[in-house]
Amino acid sequence: MTEQKHLTHDTGAPPGAPGEAPVLEIDGLGVRLPDGQAARPILDGVGLRVAPGETVGLVGESGSGKSVACRSVLGLLPPGALTTGQVRVAGRDVLTMSRAELTALRARQVAMVFQDPRASVNPLRRVGDFLTEGLRAAGTSAAAATARAEELLDAVGIRDPRGALRRRPHQFSGGMLQRVVIAAALAAEPALLVADEPTTALDVTTQAEIIAILTRLRAERGTGLLFVTHDLELAAAICDRVYVMYAGRIVETRRTDELFDRPRHPYTAGLLTCAPRIERDAPPPRPIPGRPVSLAEAPSGCAFAARCAHALPRCTEEPPVPARYGDGLTACHRADEGITL
Amino acid sequence: MTSPATAADAAHAPLAPFRRPGLRGLRLFGQGPLFALSVAVLAVLVLVAALAPVIAPYDPEALDLSASLVGTSGDHLLGTDQSGRDILSRLIHGARTGLLGPLLVVAVSTALGTVLGAVAAWRGGWTDTFLSRSMDLVFAIPGLLLAILLVAVAGSGMTAPVVAMAVAYTPYAGRLVRGIARQEKARPYIESYRVQGWSGWTICLRHLLPNIAPTVLAQSAMNFGYALMDLAALSFLGFGVQPPTADWGAMINDGQAAVLQGAILPALAPSACIVLAVVAFGIVGEGLADRIARRER
Amino acid sequence: MTRFLTGRLLGLVAVLFVTSLVVFGSVHLAPGDPVSFLLHGRPATPEAVEALRSQYHLDDPLPLQYVKWLGSALQGDFGRSTQYHQDVSSLIGSRMAGTLILIGYSALLVALLGVAAGIGAALHPGLFDRAVLIGTGVATATPAFVSAIVLVSVFSVRLGWFPGPGGTPTGLGERLYHLTLPAFALALTFAGLLARVTRSAMLDELGREHVEVARARGVAGRTVVRRHVLRNALGPVVTVGGTMLAGLLISTSIVETAFNVPGLGSLLVQSVTAKDFAVVQAITLLSVAAFAVVNVVVDLLVPLIDPRLSLRGEGSS
Repeated sequence: MTEQKHLTHDTGAPPGAPGEAPVLEIDGLGVRLPDGQAARPILDGVGLRVAPGETVGLVGESGSGKSVACRSVLGLLPPGALTTGQVRVAGRDVLTMSRAELTALRARQVAMVFQDPRASVNPLRRVGDFLTEGLRAAGTSAAAATARAEELLDAVGIRDPRGALRRRPHQFSGGMLQRVVIAAALAAEPALLVADEPTTALDVTTQAEIIAILTRLRAERGTGLLFVTHDLELAAAICDRVYVMYAGRIVETRRTDELFDRPRHPYTAGLLTCAPRIERDAPPPRPIPGRPVSLAEAPSGCAFAARCAHALPRCTEEPPVPARYGDGLTACHRADEGITL
Repeated sequence: MTSPATAADAAHAPLAPFRRPGLRGLRLFGQGPLFALSVAVLAVLVLVAALAPVIAPYDPEALDLSASLVGTSGDHLLGTDQSGRDILSRLIHGARTGLLGPLLVVAVSTALGTVLGAVAAWRGGWTDTFLSRSMDLVFAIPGLLLAILLVAVAGSGMTAPVVAMAVAYTPYAGRLVRGIARQEKARPYIESYRVQGWSGWTICLRHLLPNIAPTVLAQSAMNFGYALMDLAALSFLGFGVQPPTADWGAMINDGQAAVLQGAILPALAPSACIVLAVVAFGIVGEGLADRIARRER
Repeated sequence: MTRFLTGRLLGLVAVLFVTSLVVFGSVHLAPGDPVSFLLHGRPATPEAVEALRSQYHLDDPLPLQYVKWLGSALQGDFGRSTQYHQDVSSLIGSRMAGTLILIGYSALLVALLGVAAGIGAALHPGLFDRAVLIGTGVATATPAFVSAIVLVSVFSVRLGWFPGPGGTPTGLGERLYHLTLPAFALALTFAGLLARVTRSAMLDELGREHVEVARARGVAGRTVVRRHVLRNALGPVVTVGGTMLAGLLISTSIVETAFNVPGLGSLLVQSVTAKDFAVVQAITLLSVAAFAVVNVVVDLLVPLIDPRLSLRGEGSS
């Protein structure tokens, strides 16, 4: 029951936005599967905050729990999962919402863009159906929804929006389809957009276009964005702040520039040095040894200790608690010593 | 190598009629203790059929018109039919024809289908096209109709229904074997035996067939149940085993009149035997298929 | 698409050709002289023998016999029934309606019961799902003549809600009332199977990401099930349901016999017993033809419902 310890702690709120109420506040979120299905919680004491108009990155390897964390914002949890803590959108806890409240939340306040556009859109329905469906769920009339869908397709740079509405998903490329998905997500003018690896399934050239569209529209509309990715470089390029997640816990969070210049957690440092660089004098990439912690393992102490070059005996005994260093938080017993990249 | 095979199969598919055994993977029946129970049920059935003359309390064909439609009693555990014959004894003897017919159908159709399927897969080219198309054609003619036509020509009895059903079931085994054999053939181990100079026949007999056998066995168990149902239907129509020989399907036909008089047991008892046997064969077949699928994973 | 269509139609023609050969050839496969086989114990008066020889063109060489026989059959002339002393085509015509109503009634039951049970099981895991699995498991293993016995015993003999076998109903309403038990007996096995197919198709679709996406977008649960799950599961359900329609046709001979319904199926069985071979030939040929045509029609219809199932392996767009 280690998550109880972190129930209330500082979530590393942005210093630049003092009085403004955040669109998303996650406090001490714990998610665990029913007994016997996993040795450790999927999420343990996760805290996260997104201010209006802010872009926040959530970075981690596959299996770190980042997808579960971002889905919990919409009240989408693994079947049978038990939760602790709170996930507040505009001040209201998503985890205690009724079915009808959840539907309204998803239709109006929070929208999500998923990884694979091909899998996100019903292949048997027209693109227009996909776009207007969300609007209709939010209570817009059919005619208004169609008009709005056209505007949105135009905004994401799809030519002949009217014709596109009548086409089927298989007639679009992956990149074009992801534009449709983004358009649909923005349709109801949500206060918060959650993007779960929105470019991972796309070609490299398409990725850049999608990122450009996403950041432009977000800025135009002042939407808060929670950007989930395994790519720290990508997160750094577009995010104001970044949360780094490992084995279901937030291990570090800080402003993007500081995170790159002065990472405090060895895992963050490891993610930075394992990415290959183009600069001539850059050091060769150094992979992080070992592999991520599976749900069947429940290491005592710091989950990263087994792969950490700086681990002390204490690290495997006592889990580190996030504490403030610089402008952000780090959960590491040796965070105060600093790391040289 | 596997993708052209599946594409070709899909192209042939339209001719396929209502394809029952093709619906594997739907898991009509469960796994676990039911599997063991079903194996036990089948074992008991086989034993009863084998020992029928020893364990049957009465002569199944002995008429006793004074004891017509007697209910269950100590003398007649399941009562008697309209002609006063002991139902339990008829059920026990009926297990013989009930199991023998499907056994012949499955044995012949599996043997024939395996040879045709293996040859089609191994030779490929025109041989494959010809054999596959022929099996498609047979597949498109419903077995029950074929059997009825054959009965019209050759007369009632076990022979015509069994021959017709054996022909009708051959494409099931044939297509299955052809499919797996094509996949197996594409595997490296076959190629390596070829390189070592083994003949095609030797490889087929010593390596290909043993690898195919478990899947074919699972399919055969399921087909056994379906063949039992089809043959019972033909018996029910009066085209199968002729009276007075005891047979489940024919017993149901005989029992119809009694049902209208309020005595359901003469028809219900053989009905229950048929359903029980079909369910047991289905569970065993699916259990075997599941085991194979798990082993291959 | 054209290749797809021509392939199917060529297959259909091949099936019909081979079936006609088998049906025609069966007369000559029978032991003994065709005339004595066709007469089957009836007095061999010169007129009767002459009628048979001309009906089957027995004086012509074999290939010509076949061509002439097929030519007449294609024009609807299947000869005369020795049993009813009537043209086979008019005999079949008078029995057709009963069988078609039975198949239609039964198909409706299969669709309603099967799809409803399948949807219910997929949407209510746990006790209901388990009950449907067991129920459909037994239903698929129960032949139509067994269902017939149980239905008659319970609903006709014990409860008296429906008429038993036989009877000559007049008017469509009474006819349907009389056909209720036969239709259920015919439907049960197929409904069990369709429920299984519907259930697994629904579960397949429920697990797809676009369904989760729709939920994540705040589309109401019922709407998600209707627009995304049901709609997408329709393809496999229609494919299997269509082939079942063909299966129903074949099983009518059993149910019509069990319930004494005057239709094509019971006529076929009577004619086999009475050695009325012209009728057997005609019904067999028509049944295989209907069976094959239904299957081809289903294959052509399914791509309209679910484009994913259309050009299997032939590439998209």
